[in-house]
Amino acid sequence: MHDVNASRASKTSVPLTASAVLVNPVGLHARPSVKLTQCAKRFAATIEIALAPEGPWTDAKSPVKVMRVKAPQGAMLYFRVAGPDGKAALAALLALVHDGFGEA
Amino acid sequence: MTEIHLTGRAASPGLAIGPVTVLTVAVERRGTTGDPAQEAAALKAAIEGATAELAELIEAEQGEAADILEFQVAMLEDDALAEGAFDAISAGTPADQAWRAVLDAEIAGYRSAEDEYFRARTADLVDIRDRVLMRLNGTEKSAAIAGGAIVASGDTSPSIFLAADWRRGGGIVLAAGSSSSHVAMLARARGTPMVVGVGPLSWQGRPPALALVDGDAGTVIFDPEPETRSLFEHRMKAAHAACAVADADRVKPAITADGRRITVLLNIAAPEDLADLDPAICDGIGLVRTEFLFEASLGLPDEETQYGVYRRILDWAEARPVTIRTLDAGGDKPIPGLTIDGESNPFLGLRGIRLSLARPEVFCLQLRALARAAVHGTLKVMLPMVAVPSELDRARELLDAEIAALRAKGIACARPLLGIMVEVPAAALCAEDFDAGFYSIGSNDLAQYTMAAARDIGAVADLNDTGNPAVLALIARTVEAGRARGVEVSLCGDAAADTRLTKALLATGLTTLSVSPLAVARLKATIATVNP
Repeated sequence: MHDVNASRASKTSVPLTASAVLVNPVGLHARPSVKLTQCAKRFAATIEIALAPEGPWTDAKSPVKVMRVKAPQGAMLYFRVAGPDGKAALAALLALVHDGFGEA
Repeated sequence: MTEIHLTGRAASPGLAIGPVTVLTVAVERRGTTGDPAQEAAALKAAIEGATAELAELIEAEQGEAADILEFQVAMLEDDALAEGAFDAISAGTPADQAWRAVLDAEIAGYRSAEDEYFRARTADLVDIRDRVLMRLNGTEKSAAIAGGAIVASGDTSPSIFLAADWRRGGGIVLAAGSSSSHVAMLARARGTPMVVGVGPLSWQGRPPALALVDGDAGTVIFDPEPETRSLFEHRMKAAHAACAVADADRVKPAITADGRRITVLLNIAAPEDLADLDPAICDGIGLVRTEFLFEASLGLPDEETQYGVYRRILDWAEARPVTIRTLDAGGDKPIPGLTIDGESNPFLGLRGIRLSLARPEVFCLQLRALARAAVHGTLKVMLPMVAVPSELDRARELLDAEIAALRAKGIACARPLLGIMVEVPAAALCAEDFDAGFYSIGSNDLAQYTMAAARDIGAVADLNDTGNPAVLALIARTVEAGRARGVEVSLCGDAAADTRLTKALLATGLTTLSVSPLAVARLKATIATVNP
């Protein structure tokens, strides 16, 4: 879904985007938020999340801001990633969501 | 150095000797520096201190408790949390006000969430707010109370008491305070000697090293001379020997001098209170105070946690009746994220059953856990602060609904007997109008509401007297209603353990008293002397 512009993104500032459904039982609350932000912080890329494809976008490295999104179970979570290690970051984040943050 | 003698009021009996820990009063407002740079540095240091404190706690925890602490640390480490506060500080707001305003706004966002998982995090945010505020106000963490220490303070809170380990002895000396406060109640339950109202504690900058606390006489001696100390230690030895004799008799039934059998039940706050206790010392448990389950600052306890705790208590009782009181929050027992902050008079506000009916999601979770636990013994469920029959009726409907839902899912459950705590004069006066399975008189609040004298105000402590004829008349009226309706009436307030009142209480017709485990031996010995 994002491979087409992945190589371009590493040279230009065009961000990568992807989306995934929150399958863990309680949505993006305390523990999942901590896991998401810990994962995001491992990458240099700018990583943002949103509940709609057009935003508003929230810094995925801030647990305070991620918690303010109050994303419930079943919600579609959108990612926008920009930076040299963006592709790896997106893959790691999607894997985390698909895996239900290890608590599905 | 000269020894200092202070006289106050006895709040919890017993003698204690130990090193002194002076606690600063948390409610004291900090002086602001007026300098934005210094204020910002103070807030930064307080946040870092609170973060380190929580990180230290994680070491000792695992599972869900560790997850929540980790979440709190992640929130505190995130600059986004305090950025608004630092903005306000640079505009001239004192650090504590800035932090409180920003966190209160964040907390409001959680409290108004539709999803209950987000709402439940409110308590974690309140805890973060208060930890940082305590550091800004110069109050060190409460865990600094070492086992065996004598705590000297202006006043203190139940959470500070509960954070310390009292099994190794120790005692409490308060400049202000009341013998009817919740800390005093906890101190009596744990057998920690306590003296209140000794007046200002001033040491001219040199706090005392050692203290002798006499919780029977209501006196304290700081930095005693060697001979004073050895005399005191001699008294402690004699007192322990006398206790051992009374303890040996406490497994026998309580019978008055004229042959009436009195039922003696236990008041407990947690299953830990029953550790090493022989169930034979009592006829059951008359009061389990469940609000202490909600005080761990780890959010509201879930159904499984509650069920586990209730079941452990029922298992211990070995088929003896166990009365569990539903959450009695509010008044002087605030619970972050649940009770209302800033009520003009919390004792006349949304507390006890009123709060439970206003927050049915918390109440129903507890009812569900109770109905599931009821299959493991003889469970009675008691509703606190009931004033009118419709409150009991609404609670019963909620219990019915939870039981029906559990049965529909095939989950094992049973219907506990549902009764009321009689602590509002309106309920005592019209007790026969309530379709209650039992009545349990909460004499602390009944005395407070009848005498219009607060439990926590030392200046009116003398008025807060369960032995007053007006309070005894309300007790007698409740006993009469119970007799007419053929249901049990017990008394579970502090008055039950006050042996000066035993004769007057039995004269009202009461035949069931509920006291802390440590008071059983003394109560039974007193009952044996009562003649009509």
